[in-house]
Amino acid sequence: MTALPASGIREFFDLVRLAGSGPDARGRRLISLAIGEPDFDTPWHVREAAIWALEKGRTGYTPSLGLLPLRAAIADHVETETGVRYDPEREVLVTVGVSEGLDLALRAVVEPGDEVLHQDPCYVSYAPSILLLHGVPVAVPAAARDGFAFDPGGVERAITPRTRALLLNFPANPTGSTLGEDVGRELARSAERHDLTVIADEIYAELTYDEPARSFVSFPGMRERTILLRGFSKPFAMTGFRIGYACGPASLIDAMNKIHQYAMLCAPAIAQEAALEALRHGRQARLSMREQFRLRRNYLVRSLCDLGLGCHRPDGAFYAFPDITSTGLPSRTFALRLLQEQRVAVVPGGAFGAAGEGFVRCAYAAGLPQLEEAIARMREFLAAVKSTRRSP
Amino acid sequence: MAKKRTETRTGSQTTATGPDPLLALLQQDGLTHPEQLAKALDTTAADVRDRVRRLEQDGAILGYRAIVDDEKLVGERVKAVIEVKMTPEREGGFDRVARRIAEFDEVHAVYLMSGRYDLLLFVEGRTLREVAFFVAERLAPLEGVTSTSTHFILRPYKQHGLVVHQRGASERMPVTP
Repeated sequence: MTALPASGIREFFDLVRLAGSGPDARGRRLISLAIGEPDFDTPWHVREAAIWALEKGRTGYTPSLGLLPLRAAIADHVETETGVRYDPEREVLVTVGVSEGLDLALRAVVEPGDEVLHQDPCYVSYAPSILLLHGVPVAVPAAARDGFAFDPGGVERAITPRTRALLLNFPANPTGSTLGEDVGRELARSAERHDLTVIADEIYAELTYDEPARSFVSFPGMRERTILLRGFSKPFAMTGFRIGYACGPASLIDAMNKIHQYAMLCAPAIAQEAALEALRHGRQARLSMREQFRLRRNYLVRSLCDLGLGCHRPDGAFYAFPDITSTGLPSRTFALRLLQEQRVAVVPGGAFGAAGEGFVRCAYAAGLPQLEEAIARMREFLAAVKSTRRSP
Repeated sequence: MAKKRTETRTGSQTTATGPDPLLALLQQDGLTHPEQLAKALDTTAADVRDRVRRLEQDGAILGYRAIVDDEKLVGERVKAVIEVKMTPEREGGFDRVARRIAEFDEVHAVYLMSGRYDLLLFVEGRTLREVAFFVAERLAPLEGVTSTSTHFILRPYKQHGLVVHQRGASERMPVTP
């Protein structure tokens, strides 16, 4: 375990905590763009349903796959969103967040020595989760010039006889990039040609702004070899409820459920009741939050570009990933100095993999007035960096 | 007077996912600068100013005002809801008298209602006496008004779509993956 590196985000979290959230000498408080969760409260009707479930005493174990009405609602929702139908009796598993779903999927698929391909930059847990299973994470860099789309050629070149699985994340954390039609088709072809299992982490699927997200399972032949992971945390602002789900062929879901039974037994009952309410009546609240994210994305991306920090316009998730190489600072130094000098927290891109270096992740999970203030402080910061670079 | 934020009154019902995001943003915060609105809406500040002017001219935006917390006001205000029963007129029904009632400064809102009574009034005054005077001397004697029932507001829990209570500082972690 000591060989496993601690998450770069964890390290940064400690630094932010040390810096304190109290006001600085100029009376300014911390503005955090380092948050990987919606800033909205969970819609009240969902919280109310959780209270009701608690009052009714719905506090026992549930079937390990999850409450059947919830699985049925998930199957309907997934079908509406992706056009692909799963059988709620055998092909849907309710998990403790997508985090557990991802762990189960990897444990069900990866044998020691197996290679798993994943995007770089990517979510912080991917490589460690693979390493914990004695698998080999293989990072395939995505380039900023392509809007951080996954390069199918790079994937094809990285495949070896030991490659077992392809781990995809669209829309992606930290870049916000989405799965294009052509890239998806080529990835599907590679998966088929090399008989790979695909783990599709689509936790941000409901949060795309210009075009509906294309799910990987909707590409021909992919339903049979893909474990689809989605959840409630991001689309319904329910991070603390910890409810996600996995959809896939019965054999894979069955294997995951076996591990889930031993490790977790079932997802929390009350949170499952809340998730069911979210699917039944939460559409309007979900769309309303998405619209707010869209407007904030527009604002933040344009403002960052105005500051001279090149930033592709992400179509999904709630992160902008601006290029900070013009400052001459490594991403960690940039984030640290911005925190210390201006009380604005962003996450160094290097925390998400080697290809994330030279960038920082700015979440727009904050209201427009806060984003405005953060941009004003970043402008001041960039001017200070520039002047110190000029003077020897 | 505690000025908290401005409120935008619009004639058309707009939701955040509705057809006009500009209205939605202004309804959230009427003080947002056109430059900021332009960035959020992916357009120019001139275009935003133009669209706002048009909304104002069309009467879709009725005005801008601060939403204040009454409990923080120096002078207390007395608020009442009044149910009014009326005899409708042969021509015009309730309209003439309702419009007449709406003109009083004490009256902040008037609605024609279905059910047990006909008009619902939201009335404000500086003192109980002032509101009582309005009911007894101005409202009740109006031709067509057959009865009134006055309910004084004791405490607000939600006003203008905003829940009235102190929220603690956010307990969210400042950095999450």
